[in-house]
Amino acid sequence: MNEIPGDLKFMKSHEWARVEDNGTVTIGISDHAQGLLGDLVYVELPTVGDDVTAGNACAVVESVKAASDIYAPVSGKVVSVNSALAEKPETINEDAFGEGWIFVVKPSNLAEDSEELLDPDAYAELIENEEH
Amino acid sequence: MTQQTVLNAAHRALGAKMVDFGGWDMPLNYGSQIDEHHAVRRDAGMFDVSHMTVVDLRGARTRDFLRHLFANSVDKLKVPGKALYSCMLNEQGGVIDDLIVYFLAEDFFRVVVNAATHDKDLAWIEKQAKAFAVTVTERADLAMIAVQGPNARAKVQSLLSSATREKAAKIGKFVACEGDGLFIARTGYTGEDGYEIIVPEAQAVALWDKLLAAGVKPAGLGARDTLRLEAGMNLYGQDMDETITPWEAGLAWTVVLDAGRDFIGRAALEEHKAAGTGRAMVGLVMDDKGVLRHGQRVVTAQGDGEILSGTFSPTLGRAIAFARVPAGTADRAEVDIRGKRVPVRVVKYPFVRDGKPIEAA
Repeated sequence: MNEIPGDLKFMKSHEWARVEDNGTVTIGISDHAQGLLGDLVYVELPTVGDDVTAGNACAVVESVKAASDIYAPVSGKVVSVNSALAEKPETINEDAFGEGWIFVVKPSNLAEDSEELLDPDAYAELIENEEH
Repeated sequence: MTQQTVLNAAHRALGAKMVDFGGWDMPLNYGSQIDEHHAVRRDAGMFDVSHMTVVDLRGARTRDFLRHLFANSVDKLKVPGKALYSCMLNEQGGVIDDLIVYFLAEDFFRVVVNAATHDKDLAWIEKQAKAFAVTVTERADLAMIAVQGPNARAKVQSLLSSATREKAAKIGKFVACEGDGLFIARTGYTGEDGYEIIVPEAQAVALWDKLLAAGVKPAGLGARDTLRLEAGMNLYGQDMDETITPWEAGLAWTVVLDAGRDFIGRAALEEHKAAGTGRAMVGLVMDDKGVLRHGQRVVTAQGDGEILSGTFSPTLGRAIAFARVPAGTADRAEVDIRGKRVPVRVVKYPFVRDGKPIEAA
């Protein structure tokens, strides 16, 4: 289990969100989530310009084993997607919290949406409990 | 209550991700199931298949019994050691299970059946065996390790005594031999050459460790599934069950309608064949990105079908599947994936044989 970076916030459904210095929010799935899914073979990215709503599905990751929706941790407009994942979805397996980021949004309601998210300790506790 | 094979601790020591499979706590992967898949296609991998059920059948009339019990004909088994793949049918011609039977002597055959069907298989075999005075003995004292891949046989042979090595090196495909306390069969479920080794539980961990040291990569159920699907092999419960006859499961090649043999399910099968089988099992390949999955709807010009086994093929780098579709389906169809219709090619399978993609796939 990789260390969970301290600057991330999490959804219970295992997405992470990081507020960048320029105010955008980078989104991915946790290392725990990639471990549950196993080898990823396909990522369906959102489209730049899409409006996403916190809690709604906006992308899909598929492993050999299963397909899983990715939910938006915050509302806003998609400003960037990690198109390298189209050719190398396994990047998420290798570096879920870094190179395996999935998309970036310009948030529209960050303060309120953030209140719904878990800090790293609360997330660590959540996955700890899941394993037992 | 979850059962464990004698190799359970060995899997955990290797960091396996464990899952429940038919009531057994089994390794899904040891890290990356795709790496394990490639190891079997390119070199050698091993699977703990000790959850499968080994049943010994003894009695003077064992061959007669199996001529009655199986849809394939054990009359093909003329030389001791020879193996045969067959379905065991109910009276309606539905598949109770698929299995491998080994001919060891006129009064001694060995059968290996699936783990998930253990209870009903044993009950059925025991019930049918009474009329033939055949003794049915489950061999729970035996473990089983499948070693598969282009280098699998050489690596196994390097661990055997010279007498056993000589026997193991000589046997042809679908033949078994015995030696060093092992039952060594040149069979498998991956489309690669290799052995399935039945080993007394007391020797199983040592054999596993020796295979590891010889460079055989442990592989889990995840890789086993992608390998067998690429190789065009059915999975019981997913590709066929008691409501499906071999005609609609791509298993017509395993049914022998030989003169004068009254096997269970034969009358129903002949009726089904005469009436015309409405559906056929076909292979699908998807060139678009995504993964085909069990239960997805297949749309054809002749009507709807459904995906039985579907997965991402690591060898082809795209999704493949078995589907049951209306008979006469042409070479194109569509699959409904989360509300989107995605085009697929309808192909003959296997998709991969001896490490190489088959042309059509």
